[in-house]
Amino acid sequence: MSETIIKVKDVVTQFGKKVVHDKISLEVKEGEIYGILGGSGSGKTTILREMIMLQKFKSGSIEILGKKIDKISHSEAVELKKNWSVLFQFGALYSSLNILENVSIPLIEYTDLPKELIEDIALSKLKMSGLKKEATYLFPSELSGGMKKRAALARALAMDPKILFLDEPTSGLDPVGAENFDRLIKELATLLKLTVVIVTHDLHTIEHVLDRFCIIFEKKILFEGTLKEAKEFKHYAIQEFLKLDRE
Amino acid sequence: MSSFSITEEADKQCSIKIYDKLDKNSIKSIYPKIKKIKNKKFMLLKIDCFDMISLDYAGALLLADLSATFCENRASVVITGMSADFKSMMLFARKNLRQKSNIKEPKENIFVSPIIKTGKYFVDSFDSFLFFLSFLGETVLQFFRVLVHPWQFRYKATAAHIERSGAQALPIVALTSFLVGLVIAYQSAEQLAKFGANIFIVDMISISMFRELAPLIAAIVIAGRSASAYAAEIGTMKITEEIDAMRSMGFNPIVYLVLPRIFALVIAMPLIVFFADIVGVFGGMIVSKTSLGISYSEFIQRGRDVVALKHILIGLFKAPFFGLLIATIGCFRGFQVTGSTESIGKYTTISVVNAIFWVIACNALISVVLTEIGI
Repeated sequence: MSETIIKVKDVVTQFGKKVVHDKISLEVKEGEIYGILGGSGSGKTTILREMIMLQKFKSGSIEILGKKIDKISHSEAVELKKNWSVLFQFGALYSSLNILENVSIPLIEYTDLPKELIEDIALSKLKMSGLKKEATYLFPSELSGGMKKRAALARALAMDPKILFLDEPTSGLDPVGAENFDRLIKELATLLKLTVVIVTHDLHTIEHVLDRFCIIFEKKILFEGTLKEAKEFKHYAIQEFLKLDRE
Repeated sequence: MSSFSITEEADKQCSIKIYDKLDKNSIKSIYPKIKKIKNKKFMLLKIDCFDMISLDYAGALLLADLSATFCENRASVVITGMSADFKSMMLFARKNLRQKSNIKEPKENIFVSPIIKTGKYFVDSFDSFLFFLSFLGETVLQFFRVLVHPWQFRYKATAAHIERSGAQALPIVALTSFLVGLVIAYQSAEQLAKFGANIFIVDMISISMFRELAPLIAAIVIAGRSASAYAAEIGTMKITEEIDAMRSMGFNPIVYLVLPRIFALVIAMPLIVFFADIVGVFGGMIVSKTSLGISYSEFIQRGRDVVALKHILIGLFKAPFFGLLIATIGCFRGFQVTGSTESIGKYTTISVVNAIFWVIACNALISVVLTEIGI
């Protein structure tokens, strides 16, 4: 069917003597919303950080858009990185720039578009992310957590990435805000034809947003597939994790 | 080949034909033309997209903005040959169009803003002064409370700070003080040799080192090292809400963070200064031997005869005050940090500048007072 866009194969991660991942393999297909699930400390953020080249792994390989990220040159890496963007858990907005500048900066650095158009694009991305226009010229320290996330999403979308990585996008948001954010992500993914990789343990996100997901359990991938398949998969950890018997 | 062509026709009509791509990389060259069209009053705009093979969000937004402007001016826009995908992207862009002119941008008036800035500076300085007074008051209050309840004092933390800010600073204090002793001796050796007053180098080096230079050098090094560290540590703790966490648990941050640091420097500074005294004079001794031929034993003998103990004591007496100043300023600036990571940098810098300035000012004051009362 659709093409595989991210391919993680037999990745082993070790911090000192502590093994975090023991031969993890997973595949993300083009256009899908893929979730990486797992309990606290299971290393789900670590695998995300490895995909976006912020962290090295011990062995195995990760292939993104057909390129092996552990074996590419610096210039190739720079080019490859333009294909994705990341929404960090706490937004990671640049504190010395205002919101408009935060969203504009990738466009200013990587394109030669005229300044006016860059501002138009940035404003449009902010509107898309649902940030009120009053926040345009504020600084990150003046925003609430939810607004920061929206501004960070706008920044992540600025360069029209092919892949969007989200690290716990709904953590720290109130339930209504989290649901809205989920809906927004789903909507944007469809409209902008994004491939989205989400690290999460929010049940609402799992139920309503993800197309497919994997569960990391005891250093391995315990399960990979859709929610429907997960419900049929008889393993206490999965049932516990998804809390399917709560209804 | 140009990826874009514009034909202006009669009866206020304009047609645009887009070839190939309309994306981030191709827009730059055509943007001025598009802007020109935008400002003209056409009645009809035709956009021909039959030969357009790719469109990204930037391009879609450009077209959306253009057609929105025309619609506002009651002109009609006809777009032909656009694939469904591109059309939906353009509609999406149009939906998310946000005009910059509708948003109030905080602008600086070049005539008024210097006045506002000056006023703000004074108000901020006054606020900062008030905050310092309350910080100082709280610190003194907690100090007396700890005196009454000595078991509340953080002995372990104090010892750790003595090690970190005192013991670990010894190498750099030694090096600085040694070099200063060396340089002073070199410069004066030549002058003294002219008068045949070689032996007076002992008086010069010893008295200046003990009384003024060693305490000052040590204090400046410690100010650079520890005032900054204290401000940054406490500032970071403020941003990560650690200080709020302490307050909510009923731990007084002054007792836990400030008093150990102040005590550590008050205790460590005299020791550091004594160490700097020895190393600095040793630097002078080496030069005296090599360029003036005064042997080490001669140097020490002469020193014992001419250098009164009071010079050493005055130097050591100043040290705890310097320690108090440095630690208080470092901690106080740390507590002033708010909000962003940038503010940590700002207050760390201020803490060092303040600490060094007040050390020098305080030193001058003590010098004047001691001279006036004849010590």
